[in-house]
Parts: sequence; C-alpha cells; structure tokens
Amino acid sequence: MKTSYPLVIIGAGPAGMAAAQVAAAQGVEVAVIDEQAQPGGQIYRNVDSSPLADAQLLGRDYLLGKPQVQAFRHTPIEYFPASAVWYLDRNREIGLLHQAEHRRIEAGSIVIACGAQERPMPIPGWQLPGVMTAGAGQILLKSAALVPSQPPVLAGSGPLMLLLAWQYLRAGVGVRAIVDTTPRHNRLQAMLRLPRALAAAEYLYKGLKLISAIKRARIPWYLEARNLCADGDEQLQRLRFDSRGGAVEIETGLLQLHQGVIPALQLADAAGCEMRWSEMQQCWQPLVDAWGESSIAGVFIAGDAAGIGGARAAALAGQLAGLQVAFRQNRIGQQQRNRLARPLQIALRRHLAIRPFLDSYYRIDNDAQLSDGTTLVCRCEEISAAEIDAVAALGCSGPNQAKAFTRCGMGHCQGRFCGASVEILLARHRACSVADIGRFTTRPPLKPVTLGQLAAASGDQS
Amino acid sequence: MFRRLEDSAPERIEIEIDGEPVLVPAGISLAAALFYLDAMPSRRTQLSASPRAAFCMMGACFECLLEVEGEGSQRACQLQVRPGLRAWRQLDPLEPGANS
Amino acid sequence: MVPDSANRYDTIVVGGGLVGAAVAFGMARRGRRVGVFDGGDRDFRASRGNFGLVWVQGKGADYAPYARLSGAAASCWSDFAAQLLSDTGIDVGLEQNGGYDFCLEQAEWDARASEMSRVAAHTDGEFEYEMLGNAELRQRIPEVSDEVLGASYSPLDGHVNPLYLLRALHQRLLDLGAAYHGAEPVVSSAAEAGRFVVTSARGRYRCERLVFCAGLANQRLAADLGMHIPLQPLRGQLLITERVPRFLPCATLQVRQTMEGTLQIGDSHEDVGYDESTTLEVITRLAARAVRIFPHLRHVRLQRAWGALRVMTPDGNPVYQQSRAHAGAYAISCHSGVTLAAMHAGPVAAWLCGEPGHPLIGEFPADRFDVSAA
Ligand SMILES: Cc1cc2nc3c(=O)[nH]c(=O)nc-3n(C[C@H](O)[C@H](O)[C@H](O)COP(=O)(O)OP(=O)(O)OC[C@H]3O[C@@H](n4cnc5c(N)ncnc54)[C@H](O)[C@@H]3O)c2cc1C
Repeated sequence: MKTSYPLVIIGAGPAGMAAAQVAAAQGVEVAVIDEQAQPGGQIYRNVDSSPLADAQLLGRDYLLGKPQVQAFRHTPIEYFPASAVWYLDRNREIGLLHQAEHRRIEAGSIVIACGAQERPMPIPGWQLPGVMTAGAGQILLKSAALVPSQPPVLAGSGPLMLLLAWQYLRAGVGVRAIVDTTPRHNRLQAMLRLPRALAAAEYLYKGLKLISAIKRARIPWYLEARNLCADGDEQLQRLRFDSRGGAVEIETGLLQLHQGVIPALQLADAAGCEMRWSEMQQCWQPLVDAWGESSIAGVFIAGDAAGIGGARAAALAGQLAGLQVAFRQNRIGQQQRNRLARPLQIALRRHLAIRPFLDSYYRIDNDAQLSDGTTLVCRCEEISAAEIDAVAALGCSGPNQAKAFTRCGMGHCQGRFCGASVEILLARHRACSVADIGRFTTRPPLKPVTLGQLAAASGDQS
Repeated sequence: MFRRLEDSAPERIEIEIDGEPVLVPAGISLAAALFYLDAMPSRRTQLSASPRAAFCMMGACFECLLEVEGEGSQRACQLQVRPGLRAWRQLDPLEPGANS
Repeated sequence: MVPDSANRYDTIVVGGGLVGAAVAFGMARRGRRVGVFDGGDRDFRASRGNFGLVWVQGKGADYAPYARLSGAAASCWSDFAAQLLSDTGIDVGLEQNGGYDFCLEQAEWDARASEMSRVAAHTDGEFEYEMLGNAELRQRIPEVSDEVLGASYSPLDGHVNPLYLLRALHQRLLDLGAAYHGAEPVVSSAAEAGRFVVTSARGRYRCERLVFCAGLANQRLAADLGMHIPLQPLRGQLLITERVPRFLPCATLQVRQTMEGTLQIGDSHEDVGYDESTTLEVITRLAARAVRIFPHLRHVRLQRAWGALRVMTPDGNPVYQQSRAHAGAYAISCHSGVTLAAMHAGPVAAWLCGEPGHPLIGEFPADRFDVSAA
C-alpha cells in the first residue's frame, strides 16, 4: 500500500466498483478500500462465492451483480478488502485499518461509496435477542445460507421487507406474518407519481410479482399496523400491535424489522460535506452536483450514500463520478467526458424515475414513531425516548446538546441507530421540521480502532 | 433460531465458543455462527446486563461484540470463522464505574 | 417600540455554557428574574468539549490571585456537587481525592517542580503537593509504566462529568424560574436610559443587568458596552475510550476515568484559530502518550475523538469585569470554567447582583490588557 493515491474509493458495492472501473479505464491510479472480505457491497454480497446451492432463489436482480463483481476483480486497481476507513477529514487525509494495522494515506480525490444503512425502527423491545433488521436476515441468507428455523414475523414497510418475505418463501421457510406499518394515505400520494414511474415500469412489474407471490402464499398480512411492541424477557416471545382498530398478539421467536434505508453519512460528514434534509426520502443527504461532487472539492459521493436510488442507479452514479475524476485529473477532455456521460445520465434518469413513487408509497409516518416513552432510543447507552423528552423540555438547542446531557449517541454505534430518533423527538417537541433540528456531529473513529494501533502509528511518525 | 439450508455446502469446521469446541459451516461470519449455534444472548450490556444479539449484521449497530482471541469487543459480523478460532461471549457486565 | 414582554427579565445572561449557566443559576437563586440567551447546537462550546478536571495544580504559578481563586473554587466543590444532587437528582460524579500530573522527560520534571513551589508560595502553603518518583508512583498506581519519570500530586484536585454539570445547572436555573432561550443568539446590545436593550435573533428585550458569558464571542459582544476583552481560541483535542474496569484511584492530567468507566485522554494545545476539527497526527500522538504511561491500555478501543476551543485571555487568567462606561453590564471570560463553576454560582453571582462577592474578584479586571492602562 502506498501513502498516497490520485483516487481513493471507499466501498466496493455497485457504485464504488463502477467508479473504479471507469476511472482506471481512463488511466487514473485507483485504490479501493472496503470493509468486507469480498467485493459486491450489501446487495451483491457473496454473489460470486455464494454458500447457497442455488443462488437463483435470491432472484434475478442479485445475480446481475455477478458479472460486475467479476469484471471488478479484473480491473487494474489496488483493492484492499477487509480494510476499514476509521478516519477521514476535509484535507482528504485517510486513516484506515489494514491487516489490523493503522495506515495513513492521502488522496487526490475521494469517491465515498459506502452505501446505506437501514433506517432505525425503534419499538419497545427492539433490543431483545430475536429481533433483528430485515437486512440482517437477508445477509444471513446470502452470506451464510442461514434461514429462520421457524417462520419469522416481518414488520415495517418497504421493498426490502417484501423481497425478504419472497426469498424466504422460495427457500421453503415460510413467513408467519407480515405486519405492515405503511400509512394508508401514502397510496394516494404515490398514485400521483405513478405516471412518471412508468418510465421505469420493470420496477413496478417486479414489485407486483413479489406482492402477488406473497399473497398466493396466504401469509397473514396486517395492514396499517401501529404501536408495535416486542415482548420477552431474555429473548423475544411475542409481538403486540394494533391493526385497523384491533389489538393483535403473535407468539414468535424471531421478528425482522424494516422501514427503508437511509444514506450512511459518517464518511461524508467526516470529510466536512454539507448536508440537507430530503423531505421526500425523510433523511439527510449530502449536497452533490450532477457528477456526485460534494461541497468539498475533490470529494465525491456516489450511490446510496448520496441518496437512496438502488443498485442500478448506484452503478451509473459511480461511473459518472469516475468520469469526472478522470476529467479533473486531465485523463480525458471535456468533450470526451460529456460524450461518455450522456448515455449514463439518460439511464440514470430512467432508473431514478421510480423513486418518487416508491418514496411516497413507503414514506414513513414520523408521528407514529416513538409513541411509547419506554422505547430505547439509544440501544448502546440505554437511553429511553422519555429521557430525550426530558432534556427537550430543558430547551435543548439540538441533538448535540441532547447527546451531551444524556449520553445518547455516545455509545459503540456512535449514533447510527439513535440519531434519527433524537431528531424526530426534538422536532416533535418544538413542533418544527427535522430540517430545523439538525443532526449529531460525527466523530472519529468511524470504525473501531485500539489505542495500541494508534500508538504504533505515532511511533512511525516521530 | 436459524438453520442452514440443507442443500448447501456441507463442510463444517471446528471453532471454540466460551471454551467449548463446536462445529459450524465454513466461510460464514462469527455472528452468523452464533445464530447457527443458537448461542443467545451473544452478549450482555455493560450497563444493565441486558441480553443482546446481532441486530444489523453489517457492522453498524455494534450489538454483536465479542471477545476474539483475547481482543475484546470485536464485531462478530465482520469476522469470518476459521478453524481453531476462539471466541468468548461478553456476558459479565463491567463492575459499575461509580466513584463512591 | 419594545413590546411589554421585553421587560420580563431584570437580568439577561448571554451564553448558556458552563459560565453563563452557573452565574444565571446563582443569580436566579438570589431572586433575580433571569433570561439566558444561547447560541445554536453547533456553536463553539468549550463547555461540551472539555476535560472535566477540577484542577488546582499549577494554576496561577505566575499570578498569585489566580492560584488563590482556583484553590477557593476547589474547596467549595464538594458542597456544590452535593447541593446539585439534592436539588436536581443529577450526580455530577465529583471525585476529589487528588490528582497526578505525569512527567515523561527530565525537563518536564524540573519545570513542574518549580511551578509547584511557586503556587505553594503564592498561597502561603495552602496549596499542598508532592513530587513522586517512579517507584513511589507505582506503589500508588501499579499500572504506571516504568518509563514514566514521576508525577506531581496534589490532594486538592479532582474531576467531574462536565456534561452532567451543565445539564444540572440548566435544570436548576429553570426550576428557579429563569428562562432559557436556546438557539437564540444575541446580536447586539446597547445602553438606553440607564437600562440595556438586547437584540436577539428573534426579538428585543430590556434589562437592568446584562452579563456576557458567551465564551469566545465575548470579545465581540461585550465591545457593544465599551468592554475590551481580548480572547484567543486554543484548540484541544481529546479522546475517550470504551468502558474499562476501574483502575485509576483518582484523576490525572493525562488520563481520567469517568464515572461511566470510560477513559478520557487529554489534550493538545494548538494555536490554529477558529478550527474545531481533529487531526490524525494529534489523535495518534495522544493515544501514544496514554499507552506510554499505561501500557495495558494498548488493547482498549477508542470510542470518540473531538476538538474544542479553549477560551484564552492573553495571560491565561480569568476576566471579571464590570463596564466602566455602563454600570450593570458585566463580562466574564475564563478558561477552567469547570473548576471555577462553584465560584461562579456562588460569590461571582453575588457580585453580579451588586453584593461584595469575594475579594479576589477585583483582581481580574479586563483593563489589564489595555495598552493605555499599562
Ligand atoms: C479542550 C479543553 C479542555 C478543557 N479542560 C478543562 C478542565 O479540565 N477543567 C476546567 O475547569 N476547564 C476546562 N476547560 C475550560 C472550560 O471548558 C471552559 O472554561 C468553560 O467551558 C467555558 O465556558 P463558557 O460558558 O465561557 O464558554 P462556552 O462553553 O464556549 O459557552 C459559550 C456559550 O455562549 C454562546 N454564545 C456564543 N455567542 C452567543 C451570542 N451571540 N448570543 C448568545 N449566546 C452566545 C454559545 O452558544 C455557548 O453556549 C477546557 C476547555 C477545552 C476547550
């Protein structure tokens, strides 16, 4: 590993792989860093090393990743798997852990392609063993060929929940129930955006196919579910909720939660990139231009890390970022860049056409969140919603003051699973939009590192 | 809580959890192995000893922390099992840090 | 026209950090109708980024009144913490059973020894301390490495959770009827007919007493009422680790174990202007020093690192100033707002209410920095 590269790409999912391939093809010297042992990101996890006898059961979209991963493996770049970027700043200084050692590298340009995380879905009892995210369930399936021993309950809203249900059905596992929290009035809003979505009709078609397959399997499907509560002592025992006026209780040892995904912002934050609130996607996003360049010159953000668009859009955004880096580094001229970019831009627009429909269909209802004060907002430091309400009543100026007063967000996960909840609670208290509340300041380390690993590096420098 | 799909690769390797030798499928993460073994909870919190298990499986939630080969608080979802690997569940809360 | 609601406070405190919150609490307790105006969530805030020490060692080595002020503040801390606990239920985690400051190099040791003896001289021996060699030190803290030359020790030192301190002060001032205007910064102020008119981001208010405690912003804000307070930011980067089993018997200037069991590792001194960011170089250096002192911390994980700006006067000593042109307007600027919090909530608040306060307060005027006065 060198100490500096003209282009460092963080993340080897569809966006990062595509950016690397395009930039390398134009002669840019590229290093790609990824925490996982295999390329592919979350979506194409293990796609060319699947433990499943028949990876077909995951669906065609998953297998689309195989040629991409294989092409990436043959791209002339330096690829550092199982390496985690724990430090980044606006001077494009990168600290990473590679083979358990801290390394410092400088980057001419950076493409942040670290993807998304699941939007936290805080309900009472979500910290119990037996409760996990739907994404976790899917990772167990893709990377370990593990499926629930008993049909699980899936709760929440969004395409990933339905996809997992469908995959479990194909694996012969079955699903105990789908507890759907999608607000009813979303449907009308979504219908208004349907005409535009027709430009990407294949998404609609795939969605309908999933839904009808699930319906054919006659899985109990509870609609407009609210006030979810996971019950159990040492482990999950049952899920309670209200659905269309009735109280329901389901005995289950496994609950998989999902309410969409949001950009993973830690790296962009660390680089100092400006953020804005997206009312449509109900999350913060970095401000980027048409090439994915952020408010910090030379720092690009591509794929879901810049706003949720899915795997196909991510790969296209990665390609565009790769072209712009090649242009900036005088590897291609403006005309060539524009010529190469045009078909990508057209395709990107088409793949994003489905988003307004999906975003409004699966828009979460913030008012329905965190209705129970006992809900743990911060799983790490075990801070409840009521405790956040209490400091909001002190006139807390924002999430960072709430963090200081309660330790919420100071634990291991560094606010990844409580930040959104704190914003919602403070906004509710002040009767304003989350946009006016602001967010936690991201602090290093972005990934775990020991004092010894840091100390060893300091020795090198002196 | 989880089982391996019957028709997939049959190879099993031996690792040690809490000092006990166990057989798990090769090539999976340590967090997946704990689900496979039904080793629940996979840790207890230092604050209140409340039981926890892996939640996100993608390195973000830090619920799957485990002691691995003498190093504490490793994210089990980010580590692959390998023959002979030794891991301990962190089931004892820290002695309370009170000043008094 | 100023609306009626503008007259609801007789006292306005600008800044809701440790200094502002402490004096606002103290003044509210004395029956004042206090309004506290504070900046936004991402303002510079020393009060949220500090090391949490209640520290006397070395304070005022070059200025006797500061040594005595620090000693006086430290000695009221245990009553202060107990009072906060009984009034708010918040334990600020005061542990005041001494503190060590380690020396890794001979030069450090020599400078320290001289500093300690000067502080002791300034306080007529009231400041107690010891210089301990490695062997003695390791008898008291066995985890210390044999690379450490030794340490100074003073039984007066201690530490608290500065964030819970800030929260307790905020809670207390609300309980006493004061109002907190979060994210409503003061834009300007002026004297008018013997009173003050304060313009905030959202409105105008009148008051009889106006106290500037806006950290680094004091220089700009207090100038409106004729006070010249030169201030400089001095960045400190700090680390905090995961929780570890308790091993430190008390605070040290390099590493302290918090009431939660985490380790706070401090802190750099960087003259870099208004820049709160962290750097790899300093983070690795701080970690290296901690491991050099306590080798067993090698395996401990870093939990969080941040930078914060110290509020520094040119001589490093506090400023307690009443405006000469406009009586009733005050400015307070200091480093060590944690240590001094007990003083600020007590005698300093009394002084701001027009009572004598404490004889030492008069030793810290801002005019000392005026070229003309020199
Ligand atoms: C790295 C570091 C380590 C430290 N360690 C220690 C220690 O161990 N022990 C110790 O005693 N001290 C320590 N200190 C010092 C201590 O933190 C400060 O002395 C104290 O916090 C200062 O408080 P303050 O209220 O003056 O300033 P701040 O905390 O900066 O508060 C100023 C407030 O004013 C507000 N404000 C700004 N402009 C306006 C405006 N226009 N209108 C209204 N409000 C405004 C801001 O929003 C802010 O809330 C440390 C400081 C640092 C940076």
